Amino acid sequence: MQNSFDDVIEKLNNHELWDFPGGVFPAERKTLSNQTPIGKLPIPERLYVTVKQHIGVEGQLIVEVGQKVLKGQALTKSMNPFAVPIHASTSGEITAIHKHVSAHPSGLPELTVQITSDQQDKWTQLSPLVDYQNQPKIQVLTAICDAGISGMGGAGFPTHIKSSPKKDVDFLIINGIECEPYITSDDRLMREHAWQIRQGIDVLCHLLKPKHVLIGIENNKPEAIEAMQVACRENPNYRVCNVPTKYPAGGEKQLIQVLTNREVPAKGLPVDVGVIMHNVGTCFAIADAIFSGKPLISRIVTVTGEAIEKPGNVWALIGSPVAHLLAHCEYKQRLQKQTNIIMGGPMMGFSITSNLVPVVKTTNCILAPTDKEIAGNNEQACIRCGACADVCPASLLPQQLFWHAKAKELDKAQDYNLFDCIECGACAYVCPSEIPLVHYYRIAKSEIRVEQEEKQKSDKARDRFEKREIRLIAEQHARDEKHRLAAEARKQAMASKGNNAKDKIAAALARAKAKKQGISKADDKQVVPTGVTPANKSAQATKAEATDTSTKAASSNRRVQAAIARAKAKKAAAETSVANPELKAKNDVTELEEKILKEQQPDADIKVATEQLAKTQKNIRAEVTPAVIAPQHQEPTKADSKQAKIAAAVAKAKAKREAKKITNNQDAPNQVTAANVDNTETNSPVEQAKTEAQQIEMKKRKIAAAVAKAKAKKATEKADKSS
Amino acid sequence: MSITFAILTALLAIGLLALIFGVVLGFAAVKFKVESDPLVEQIDQILPQTQCGQCGYPGCKPYAQAIADGDEINKCPPGGDATIKNLADLMGVEAKPLDAAHGQEDIKKVAYIREDECIGCTKCIQACPVDAILGAAKQMHTVIVDECTGCDLCVDPCPVDCIDMLPVANSTSSWRWNIDAIAIKQVG
Repeated sequence: MQNSFDDVIEKLNNHELWDFPGGVFPAERKTLSNQTPIGKLPIPERLYVTVKQHIGVEGQLIVEVGQKVLKGQALTKSMNPFAVPIHASTSGEITAIHKHVSAHPSGLPELTVQITSDQQDKWTQLSPLVDYQNQPKIQVLTAICDAGISGMGGAGFPTHIKSSPKKDVDFLIINGIECEPYITSDDRLMREHAWQIRQGIDVLCHLLKPKHVLIGIENNKPEAIEAMQVACRENPNYRVCNVPTKYPAGGEKQLIQVLTNREVPAKGLPVDVGVIMHNVGTCFAIADAIFSGKPLISRIVTVTGEAIEKPGNVWALIGSPVAHLLAHCEYKQRLQKQTNIIMGGPMMGFSITSNLVPVVKTTNCILAPTDKEIAGNNEQACIRCGACADVCPASLLPQQLFWHAKAKELDKAQDYNLFDCIECGACAYVCPSEIPLVHYYRIAKSEIRVEQEEKQKSDKARDRFEKREIRLIAEQHARDEKHRLAAEARKQAMASKGNNAKDKIAAALARAKAKKQGISKADDKQVVPTGVTPANKSAQATKAEATDTSTKAASSNRRVQAAIARAKAKKAAAETSVANPELKAKNDVTELEEKILKEQQPDADIKVATEQLAKTQKNIRAEVTPAVIAPQHQEPTKADSKQAKIAAAVAKAKAKREAKKITNNQDAPNQVTAANVDNTETNSPVEQAKTEAQQIEMKKRKIAAAVAKAKAKKATEKADKSS
Repeated sequence: MSITFAILTALLAIGLLALIFGVVLGFAAVKFKVESDPLVEQIDQILPQTQCGQCGYPGCKPYAQAIADGDEINKCPPGGDATIKNLADLMGVEAKPLDAAHGQEDIKKVAYIREDECIGCTKCIQACPVDAILGAAKQMHTVIVDECTGCDLCVDPCPVDCIDMLPVANSTSSWRWNIDAIAIKQVG
């Protein structure tokens, strides 16, 4: 299994190391930039500080446009543990908070704080934590987090998370390998600031309590090795390891393998094998944060390539546009046929889309190569030579991955452990057909990620859809149950005074018959008034009933149903009253019974009903009017604008309806049913027809309203069904 | 005599073995039966779950049921060719181009309510198949962008036409690598 701690120490004592599979030896080209000390840049006029510069979540902005900020002042904050703040890199004014081209291969704009420098470079109040050893760990971690430190090697993982592992740490490895060609920022940092790096390591040791500290430096940086050895001489627990130069020895998993012979499992973390790794740049930033309280607002960037007149390393403020660095180091555009500025190294970097791309916390190199330094895109067919498999440091099968990635067989690519690829570019480097292999893997990876995201989203949508269905069914059941109970209650109420009601019905029927005989004998003119009054009154009684139900139930659905039921009942009553009175009496439909009862009730009852109705109406009016008028008086302006809005909305709705009517014939059947209702009303038997002829005018309006309501309900139901 | 005996023993031995294995296999078939996903569930897994109803069924699950019952697999515009291909693989049929009668494959969109025009009628809330619209009667409504599937169903019921379907913005996290790779010239 994994190598024991003692074995590792023993081997290290013999000045022996392990090796990782594969690897390549590209031209180093480091002497271009590592001969001169780290330069200072003038403060750029404008800084573009990207809000999210690390892996995790961004914080919330706590500044606004126009605000003056001091150097080192925090611009964001967050309670999320995976968020680290960003800081103003110099003093000045925030002139914009907008989307600005990002330091990302896509160049897609991201939220950025634009600071216009006042050239004063005035620091904010700093609070160092010099006696960190006497402070609780959480205090030190908070200081590191508040300083905005995230891994400066490349991935940008929040340092405070990495520094608070749940497991025991055997080895703290400090990564000073810097294996990628051209880049020398860590090299110069170790040469010039070895002491401060050691201070940072001290802080990390306080936090992590590792058994041993290994500082890995490639043997092509003898000066850096010497400087670090001198700085770490006092502490026997710190060991500077001279690692053979081979690309990509600086990869986290590769370096762990070289120094400890432990392999980080796929999808695992270094801490799973008892190792934590930090970059030298991160150690430097930690020391800055703890001993002087300075947040991470600048970093060393290598500006190199043969299209640069004065290549070298510079201290760049985070947020400086690349153009500022290029101008300072005298970039010669004429040496490039086509402008090609690369952020990062030649193996893993990406071409930037604009020279206004800002320097971020993970930017270690700006490379401006001449055309002869960088190969063109001259991709040819794979010849299955297998050279890529020989050099792969993760022991993958690059050509298999390539076939599957190219054919979009994402499942198979994953079967070949696509996600273990560290995108080092060694395979593409040795490919005789010049296939940009890593490019294919990156595309495949991003496609898989998007697919997984979509899958997650669709699972969530399915879940929500199903829950909604269940809810709708439950609501429907609840409604049905309520209706059933209400109907039962009505039935009971009817039953309790059932005999009385039946008697009344019989009496009323007798009266009706007598009346019918009387009418048939009498003149039409005489009949009309006698017919009219009860009819009108019955209509009013219906109204009263309607108000009753509305106040009791207060449910629009029920009202609509009641209205429809009433209309039906009336029709049925009209038809059955003559033909079979007994049948009607036995009828179960409570609505019908009620209806008949109301219609055939003696005049006295109706009078009482109308009086009651008038009273309730009065009351309602008395209650409603002040309530309606009062707010209008209080807020006339608000009401005006609201009314205007309402008017606009109504106009819009009308326009839409008109448009629909013209284009859509679906409304036709509804209109027909409305007409049918009218027809049936008018076609009722003779004696009812006479009375109802008067009612129709009033009823028509009501029916129309009911139908409109029913239509609206139907529409919503249709929508529900189709969803 | 000895030959008949030998044949008899052989037959007996083979027969016995066959019986034993038969029993073992039969037992294993019952005991270790693999519960496979019902077909409808599998189809539903492939469908994009926009619940838009463009296929003519009221949601993805009913369409999955319909496919299982023999309906065409090319009626899902939001899923597009990728979904058709997956369905073809699952159902063992030929992939067909998308049926134009049900619409075209479109870019991803989400609904957006112009809030100052919203009258608070709740019609869109009732129409939304995934409860992604928030609001109350006579109160302004708004869309929960993360939950919106872009199904379009809320647009039509709106009486004041205040709902727009906006394309989903590309961000650095959702962006797919598609640039020319940098190739360092091999030296030596």
